[in-house]
Amino acid sequence: MAELSHLYQEILLEHNSKPRNFRKLEHPNHSADGYNPLCGDRINLYLDIKDGVVADVGFQGSGCAISRAASSLMTQSIKGKTVAEAEQLFREYRRMLTQPGADVDGELLGDLEFLAGVAAFPTRIKCAILSWHTLQAALEGKETATTE
Amino acid sequence: MKIRKDFPVLAQTVHGKPLVYLDNAATTQKPQAVIDTLVRYYTTENANIHRGVHTLSQLATEDYEGARGKVRRLLNAREDREIVFVRGTTEAINLVAQTYGRQNVGPGDEIVISAMEHHSNIVPWQMLCQERRALLKVVPCNDAGELLLDEYEKLLSPRTKLVSIVHVSNALGTINPAKQLVDMAHRWGAPVLLDGAQAAAHMPVDVQALGCDFYAFSGHKLYGPTGIGVLYGRAELLEAMPPYQGGGDMIRSVTFEKTLYNSLPYKFEAGTPNIAGSIGLGTAIDYVNFIGLERIAAYEDELLTYGADRLSSIEGLRIIGTAKEKAGILSFVLDKVHPHDIGTILDAEGVAVRTGHHCAQPLMDRFGVPATARASLSFYNTKEEIDILVKGIDRVLEVFS
Repeated sequence: MAELSHLYQEILLEHNSKPRNFRKLEHPNHSADGYNPLCGDRINLYLDIKDGVVADVGFQGSGCAISRAASSLMTQSIKGKTVAEAEQLFREYRRMLTQPGADVDGELLGDLEFLAGVAAFPTRIKCAILSWHTLQAALEGKETATTE
Repeated sequence: MKIRKDFPVLAQTVHGKPLVYLDNAATTQKPQAVIDTLVRYYTTENANIHRGVHTLSQLATEDYEGARGKVRRLLNAREDREIVFVRGTTEAINLVAQTYGRQNVGPGDEIVISAMEHHSNIVPWQMLCQERRALLKVVPCNDAGELLLDEYEKLLSPRTKLVSIVHVSNALGTINPAKQLVDMAHRWGAPVLLDGAQAAAHMPVDVQALGCDFYAFSGHKLYGPTGIGVLYGRAELLEAMPPYQGGGDMIRSVTFEKTLYNSLPYKFEAGTPNIAGSIGLGTAIDYVNFIGLERIAAYEDELLTYGADRLSSIEGLRIIGTAKEKAGILSFVLDKVHPHDIGTILDAEGVAVRTGHHCAQPLMDRFGVPATARASLSFYNTKEEIDILVKGIDRVLEVFS
């Protein structure tokens, strides 16, 4: 089994205890709720999209350390990006989690690469991907996303 | 401990550490005797039952019906025909909902369940209530996880058509006062189903002494194979109920105009059943009887007390479910760590626990937690294993310090 220290990296634990953008937006023009029935994780995601760009993003909810850190890192990485760029980021991020050892674009992923260790823990991939499914649902105008 | 040698699965290592299996409420491990029974059955006597005149069919039928007799004795039911083989507790409850329920529950009628039910003892009743325009009433519990009997009393009325309550809670470990619950419901003429999924393997169960009308349990939680379970029903109730599924074995004669149903219990056993599973369950019952359910209950209680003491000494740990009458289940949460993270870190230490809502979401809401970590005990667990669990939790706190 992969080392626990690859999963629970310092920076993830820090994002877990002090998540970024952990707030509700006053007037989001996109929002969705994500739910992982397996472990009871819930996330409420709020987006303010202006001219195809993620002008602001916030999230709330409860979840495990991986899901909180992944949500926090996601909000950081998509803020200021175009919707198309965020979608591209999701594709690369998903590849990193589901194809262990794949040659991923580290420059594109940035801090998201700290979550690469999750790939070795198949039961935890859903935790790391919930916020992204929720983002997708919000962008598509759906109200809820689920990992099942 | 000699008993551990009977369970080959327990001898392995996980992630290089000796396996500490504390997920017995989800499913128990199987003794070699049960595994051997399955191998022997498929090696020497596999055949379909009840229909063949040939030797193997007779052997398979004898063993299948023999297993039914073992279940009857385990539950102290009056007659073999009161024992219906099903897939598991879930199917047993659905069977009662779809037969007894559809026949006897109408608009405005009420079904009483409790706040600590598994989803399998909530959803079948919700489905029935929706269909029959009936109402689901829920007995609340206190902060220790004990049912409030005075509230239960208030919920009972002539409209109560059925009470379905868990004998031992899978998420809290609470042992409910089953006999009292049954007696109170009977005063209003309401029959009672007891969900015994977490009880049957951990304490003696006597359906006649309890006075319950239905009792359900799963074989795989009683050291038997998966896919086999039991519904006990009082004969007069089963007689009056319509069949659950149509098909072979549940009929006496079929023409395109009319079908005569078979007698009990075959009326409820359409199709080729899980023959190997039933026979394997029979062996599991022999095994449990050999150790003795009284002894099992006493030993598991000792482990529970030890485990509760050890866990309580951990700072920031809260045990969910502290009923006075409790079976070997330790559900807990940590102040600063989500149960899912606890589970992953314990797994790395070789310790298998369940994390999540334990298919009891309304109960999690009641206690204001999204999930818990749950260590559930069996007679093959030891105090040393509890110590390893505690060390594992220390490791969790270290990672999140």
